[in-house]
Amino acid sequence: MIAPELPEAEALLEMLTAQMRTQVSPDTGLIGIVTGGAWIAERLHESLKLTVPMGTLDVSFYRDDFQRKGLKRQVASSDIPFEVEGRHLILVDDVLFTGRTIRAAMNELFDYGRPASIRLAALVDRGGRELPIAAQFSGATLALPPQQDIELQRDAQGRLKLVLAAH
Amino acid sequence: MFLNSNPQLNKNGELHHLLSIEGLPAEILRQILDTAQSFVGVTQREVKKVPLLRGKAIFNLFFEPSTRTRTTFEIAAKRLSADVINLAINVSSQSKGESVLDTVANLSAMQADMFIVRHSQSGAPYLIARHVDADIHVVNAGDGRHSHPTQGLLDMFTVRHYKHDFTQLRVAIVGDVLHSRVARSQIHALTTLGVPELRVIGPQTLLPSHVEKLGVHVYHDMTKGLKDVDVVMMLRLQNERMQGSFLPSAQEFFKFYGLTAEKLALAKPDAIVLHPGPMNRGVEIDSDVADGNQSVILPQVTFGIAIRMAVMSILAGN
Amino acid sequence: MKIHIKNGHLIDPASGTDARQDIYIAAGKIVGIGAMPAGFSANRTIDANSLIVCPGLVDLAMRLREPGFEYMATLESEMEAAIAGGITSLACPPDTDPPLDEPGLVEMLKFRARNLNQAHVYPVGALTVGLKGTHLTEMAELTDAGCVAFSHADAPLTDTQLLLRALQYAATFDFPVWLRPQDAGLARGGVAHDGQVATRLGLPAIPVCAETIAVSTILLLARETGVRIHFCRLSSGEAVDMVRKAKQQGLRVTCDLAVHHAHLSEMDIGYFDPNCNLTPPLRSQRDRDALRAALADGTIDAMCSDHTPVDDDAKQLPFGEAETGATAAELLLPLTLKWATESGLPLTQALARITSDPARVLGIKAGSIELGASADLCIFDPARYWKIAPQALKSQGKNTPFTGHELAGKVCCTLVEGQIVYEAA
Repeated sequence: MIAPELPEAEALLEMLTAQMRTQVSPDTGLIGIVTGGAWIAERLHESLKLTVPMGTLDVSFYRDDFQRKGLKRQVASSDIPFEVEGRHLILVDDVLFTGRTIRAAMNELFDYGRPASIRLAALVDRGGRELPIAAQFSGATLALPPQQDIELQRDAQGRLKLVLAAH
Repeated sequence: MFLNSNPQLNKNGELHHLLSIEGLPAEILRQILDTAQSFVGVTQREVKKVPLLRGKAIFNLFFEPSTRTRTTFEIAAKRLSADVINLAINVSSQSKGESVLDTVANLSAMQADMFIVRHSQSGAPYLIARHVDADIHVVNAGDGRHSHPTQGLLDMFTVRHYKHDFTQLRVAIVGDVLHSRVARSQIHALTTLGVPELRVIGPQTLLPSHVEKLGVHVYHDMTKGLKDVDVVMMLRLQNERMQGSFLPSAQEFFKFYGLTAEKLALAKPDAIVLHPGPMNRGVEIDSDVADGNQSVILPQVTFGIAIRMAVMSILAGN
Repeated sequence: MKIHIKNGHLIDPASGTDARQDIYIAAGKIVGIGAMPAGFSANRTIDANSLIVCPGLVDLAMRLREPGFEYMATLESEMEAAIAGGITSLACPPDTDPPLDEPGLVEMLKFRARNLNQAHVYPVGALTVGLKGTHLTEMAELTDAGCVAFSHADAPLTDTQLLLRALQYAATFDFPVWLRPQDAGLARGGVAHDGQVATRLGLPAIPVCAETIAVSTILLLARETGVRIHFCRLSSGEAVDMVRKAKQQGLRVTCDLAVHHAHLSEMDIGYFDPNCNLTPPLRSQRDRDALRAALADGTIDAMCSDHTPVDDDAKQLPFGEAETGATAAELLLPLTLKWATESGLPLTQALARITSDPARVLGIKAGSIELGASADLCIFDPARYWKIAPQALKSQGKNTPFTGHELAGKVCCTLVEGQIVYEAA
């Protein structure tokens, strides 16, 4: 099987930024899902010049596959440094696939308060949804065989790159 | 002769029951500490609950009464969204009929997922663990003099929080080691995590024979034992030990083995003081030390909830 | 019935015989060894090819649990266990309920046992009334009723003055006194040997000095009174050394070892195995090695089963609450063979410890194969391994630390007074 050609993450990030530029306001709450989503959110937060500090979410405690997979060792502290109640939020993730991570993220967000709205920005949308979830902003749509995984990597200089990963 | 394999671990070497710290590899201890760190964040949020154990039934099986420990387990379980059922088994009614195993069998039939067991006899949780169905997890909340693993773990978490590197520490455990399950758990945890010097301090009547074989140095003189120590772990002295054949009086014990500011000054200036609680002020520890700035006794309590959340989550997810 | 046991390998420790010899039995007695007696015509021939024929085993301590503890085991079941284990003579301790402190109880027990036509039962009477340690029993009456010795079983005897009186009284009639040496105060509350295992497991402990102090006290009183003393179930190397010295000084003292203490140590408690809750406790490996050496050199006179059937409800409890003791009648032979093999001892020497030597301690004519003696025999296959499966044991007690172990030495046939009382399937 020929490995599908992966797009350049930095280029996708630029496209994502362009899509979002006119769609955010200074008090939009940007929340990155660790780890990849948080890296992207950092870059977006800087490019979009948002004033409200960004938040990070580790959804490990809300996942629906806990019984099968157990708990991840280092669960990062979810950190939302702003009031969720009544705010417009944008969730940021690197790869949107089944939609289950986003479902978990939304459940966790609602534990903090009732947002005015939640939109989703994904660097890559690879289809294969198992829940009715959609990204309002996405860098690229990719068709990948289900057993193929991709992940986002960040080098020492902070440059982002998409690579194929083992399942 | 009996259960040659470690009953706490499943075939994959993962934690299946938490019965004692002895026999657990350092990796698993660290896994629990790291997971607990994550839960500390949760306990500091406004919404302290996560849905991890929703739908699970956790039974607190306390054959020996305890409000503190039972309450922290209950809080921890509820913060994981589990259902908690408390059973205070009246020991005297035990002798009238239902054996430990009968009680457990009846409860297993009620779809229990986890038993938190406290018993006055060493080894009771092992007996229970051998007889429950394969998918039920057992957590030892204290068995006789043998083990109190969650206390040992929360003490390790506390030490790690303030001192970071176990391999650089000198630790002293003071008091009634003979009767203390907390002490045994602490000793195993500290040695497993690589503490290079571990001391026990107490009168001969309160130190078990062959205790050096556990990897500790024995001191009867607290002024010598506390010298340059980084961590002081005080043990609770139970009322029944305070007069009679183990000690003549609480006063004499306090004079030689109670932690006062004066004695604490012999330790390192940044030494921390732990106590599993509840404290006997003026017996093991002076009030001004218990409430002083080297005491980490209150944080121990918070960490205790996070540790128990970590233990229950890891077990439920294995 | 005339029985011819042919092709068997005869081992008789009393005479030192270790050779292929046929045995001829008539009217309950041994009438020929080796050569067939003139005019002998067998009703039954037992082919003991590749099997060992030895004297029926003599067990110094088997708890039959009657009277009083029938829910744990019955006379019938435990006597079955005895002959299945090749035991043809056994002594039972007085800690029944009520204790064997009255002639009527002893007579009843002997009567019931005799009617079963299995092993010979030699009751050991209670030294004090009710085993309470305050009043002497009518030792002479009890001896008339059939007691062979007097003991305090595991009951504490804290009044040394009373102990002195009891020994004086027994010495008056030259009745042997069997005592398990344990200082009640030092052993109080303890359930395991005071060593590293008890420290790690947090089990209340019994120090060695609980045994040695008691041995010392009893030896000094024995010297005072001239009584014949038998120490039951030694557990420590130090105690054995004291007994050795006493024997060298000419004191009339003997002692025995329970079969578990020849093999197990505190390490075998593992994860709180209640089957290893024994009295006396299993001590260190050094102690065990000292006990094995003493058994080999004869300082320890005999090995016994210390058979103690305990029902599941009383055993499957947290270690410290479990009733002590193990079922062992059917394991006495294989565990003795295991010790012999591991110690490199010839069977004539090893089997002595469960035949002629305990018979000597008991003062009975048994434990040997000679012309004219009662035909009490054990025929076993030394090479046959069998798995210890508690449910398959004849004893009602299923409590053994050897569950699942494979041991060599299966009893094929047991004879008492020339009758085949047990035959393996």
